[in-house]
Amino acid sequence: MGKRVLLIEDEPNIIEAISFILSRDGWSVSTHSNGHDAVDVVKESTPDLLILDVMLPGKSGFDILKELRETTSAETLPVLMLTARGQKADREMAERAGASRFMTKPFSNSEVLDAVRELVGS
Amino acid sequence: MSRDTLTGSRIRERRAMAGFRQADLARQVGISASYLNLIEHNRRRIGGKLLVNIATVLGVEPSLLSEGAEAALISTLREAAADSVAVQPELDRVDEFAGRFPGWAELIADGHRRIGTLERTAATLTDRLTHDPHLATSMHEMLTMVTAIRSTAGILADTKEIEPEWRNRFHRNINEDSQRLAESSQRLVEYLDGAGDAGAALTSPMEEVEMMLAAHDYRFPHLEEDGEDIDAFAAAQPQLTTQEARAAATVTLKQLRSDARKMPRPEVAKALEEVGLDPAMLAQRFRVSVAVVFRRIAVLSDDLLPEPVGIVMCDSSGTLMLRKPIEGFPLPRFSAACPKWPLFQSLTRPMRPIRRVVTATGRESKQFTCYAIAEAIGLLQFNEDPLYRAYMLVVPSDIAVQGAQEVGSTCRVCPSTDCHGRREPSILVDGI
Repeated sequence: MGKRVLLIEDEPNIIEAISFILSRDGWSVSTHSNGHDAVDVVKESTPDLLILDVMLPGKSGFDILKELRETTSAETLPVLMLTARGQKADREMAERAGASRFMTKPFSNSEVLDAVRELVGS
Repeated sequence: MSRDTLTGSRIRERRAMAGFRQADLARQVGISASYLNLIEHNRRRIGGKLLVNIATVLGVEPSLLSEGAEAALISTLREAAADSVAVQPELDRVDEFAGRFPGWAELIADGHRRIGTLERTAATLTDRLTHDPHLATSMHEMLTMVTAIRSTAGILADTKEIEPEWRNRFHRNINEDSQRLAESSQRLVEYLDGAGDAGAALTSPMEEVEMMLAAHDYRFPHLEEDGEDIDAFAAAQPQLTTQEARAAATVTLKQLRSDARKMPRPEVAKALEEVGLDPAMLAQRFRVSVAVVFRRIAVLSDDLLPEPVGIVMCDSSGTLMLRKPIEGFPLPRFSAACPKWPLFQSLTRPMRPIRRVVTATGRESKQFTCYAIAEAIGLLQFNEDPLYRAYMLVVPSDIAVQGAQEVGSTCRVCPSTDCHGRREPSILVDGI
């Protein structure tokens, strides 16, 4: 059984596509699509990697990440943040919130694969 | 210095306004002129009966002398002083300033508030993705769709063996997402194109004039009559919100009226039938300058020619002033135009009529015949360099010409990759 990745993203077709490529790559993928209870879901499922969108209904990805970094179980969890805005301010906010890596939409499938492999391999 | 110590300054100001000499006022309230002088320079406290007596003689409320300028005014002045970098005003005398020159102080405070408003507007416009929630949402929506399509398309292209179920599902997803992308991009264009624009509130007088002209399709048949009152017409136009805009509109409309008298519509129609769109011939026939012909043709083209004709005018600094845009030849609104326009070439050769066929850069690459001329404005004086205004008539051309020069609108949106005139990178070439 491969490594477990949790994808938190609200756009169903993006969820479907990323789940597909990650599964093909040998990951076991679970998904979640809102911000409200995202922190609890991460704590319960204890994935090896989290892919987190910034714009989520209920709670922003930045806030979710900040909360996660304050809990001991998710302190060192590798987190790949996805955003539709590549602005410097967003990148800095992601770094401050504790993102391991930051990726701007629209990304290619191979970029996602490279990023997740690197994050968990290291 | 506390505020109530400024009563003297206010007495001095009110006395001057009332036209009293110091000695006169002093005598009427029963004190010596030198004592009043000390009071007026805030060196003696004043209150009670003397203050009431002085107020009575000066014909003002005593409170006006004792309270004076508003605290709000003082605090705005302090803010203005704090924001100033180069100048260091006498902060310790701000009360005195506000007390002695309330009008000037109001003017500074008003200017300070206005600068604040403008700075906010400028910040909003420079960083629209951050400040314009509608734009940010639309962009986010579009990028989300693009991401989904890109990822799904990548799977379909790169996955060698894919189950038919999955393949169908991904095809359906791409179809859905591309529809949503089409809709959201259309909405975005409508938004950027129309009202609700953050820039809509920030128009210059010339832009307001242009909006007013466009609202009338550049046609003002009734104003061409003698009796029509152009000032009253300008005052009634909703697009003209400032006095400056109304004044500028009046000048433009008077010019259009004078053009119309020199080249009456029926005669222009007849001339166009006989000689065609030949500005030089028309100028000769009506005995007018080429610029008059340009303006008149631009105005009448919507009715008399198969296709509307555009016109643009600039002064010697290259500032675009009169603009009548046409399809396929975009005229920039806020930024400077393309230096390759024949309009600007004409400024280097005043009074020399220029005719050039150009191709507008961009998706459609339409061709246009441009006629340009720079004419002197004002009276010609010996040993004085005249000022010029250049006009360019932009006529859609239906016969394709080989080797026509490429011209753009403005560098930011010009796709041309090999241009010596480029001032700044294009957002089309280098991406947003």
